[in-house]
Amino acid sequence: MAELDTSGGGKHKGGKVRSKKASTRIDLTAMVDLAFLLITFFMLTTTLAKKKEMDLAMPNNTDQKAQLPVAATRTMTILLGSHNKVEWYMGETGKSAPTVDNFGKEGIRKALIENGKNVAATHAAPDNFMIVLIKPSDKSTYENLVAALDEMNITGVKSYAIVKILPIELGDLQKNGLY
Amino acid sequence: MPRVKVARKSTFIDMTAMCDVAFLLLTFFILTAKPRVEDPIKAEVPVSSKEKAVPEENLATLTVGGKDQVFYSVTGSDIRAGALTAMGEKYHIQFTPDEVKRFSNIEIFGVPMVQLKSFIDTDPDARKAFPQPGIPTDTTNNSELSNWILTSRQADKALHDRALDIAIKGDKKEQYPMINKVITVLGKQTIFKFSLITDLKMAPKK
Repeated sequence: MAELDTSGGGKHKGGKVRSKKASTRIDLTAMVDLAFLLITFFMLTTTLAKKKEMDLAMPNNTDQKAQLPVAATRTMTILLGSHNKVEWYMGETGKSAPTVDNFGKEGIRKALIENGKNVAATHAAPDNFMIVLIKPSDKSTYENLVAALDEMNITGVKSYAIVKILPIELGDLQKNGLY
Repeated sequence: MPRVKVARKSTFIDMTAMCDVAFLLLTFFILTAKPRVEDPIKAEVPVSSKEKAVPEENLATLTVGGKDQVFYSVTGSDIRAGALTAMGEKYHIQFTPDEVKRFSNIEIFGVPMVQLKSFIDTDPDARKAFPQPGIPTDTTNNSELSNWILTSRQADKALHDRALDIAIKGDKKEQYPMINKVITVLGKQTIFKFSLITDLKMAPKK
């Protein structure tokens, strides 16, 4: 009852000593089966692609004193409209006609790099970096906002902020069918 | 007779090495495993080229998605318990120690305070079917979302003496006004630095 069957499956009829040798081998098939089953389970339940994070600093609007005067010619304003389109212009609102552009390498990124170079060339160091204002309209999506912030990172814009859009800029977007 | 015996033995494969490898991998996966938290709403996050990983602790996540719903999750069961107790006091709802304990195991939730008690009392398996309308949010300083963030930060400060990080996990199709609302809520608490959760762009510089 309580003893182990150490014979190797009853395959020997004569040799008594040899049967002992075979008995030291354990059949691992079931164990390996189980191990692989568990591996499969754990592989499928773990998240392999870890989510990334993008740090964002909003301007502290409670402190009105911490505001610096900045040349309008150094600022570039990006308006985020609907249909994944953007509009951008340099300088003050209403002074120059905005350009409608797309996201991506040939769109806003090109404009950012070119304008950044222009600003750096026309202003005296050390205040010759471009300042970008991102103004999302109510029709833009979160994806647009993240894409715009990502472009800041890609093009190496040092100074940027998310700013509330002005009614006149909404009118511009409306004119171009982006709002 | 002896020749037959040898032939039979050769069919037996030595699985020791295979077993070793299998268990090595198994140990690895068990140790690195972190159960995936099912979001009550599908928040498909936008892509970016940032490669900074999301911290695994000391983080409060605001998931925005669905029909402008906000879900709240914070790491650490002690912080969750502390936040719930403080929220209970604020909204005059008594939570039993058992309910606090059960709540501290809930990873993510999106129910208003009035429904929270019944949500906690729901069986964990049935919780998935519980309709979660999202946490009430407005831009005042006294919305439930604002209070959840505040109480969690206070609990984190009291328990661990550190500043809680805030992350926004937004669905990419979410309209900007809702995101702006959440950012405003954070701004009201003078949280101006937070992070946006994104996926790594698969084909960089497209």
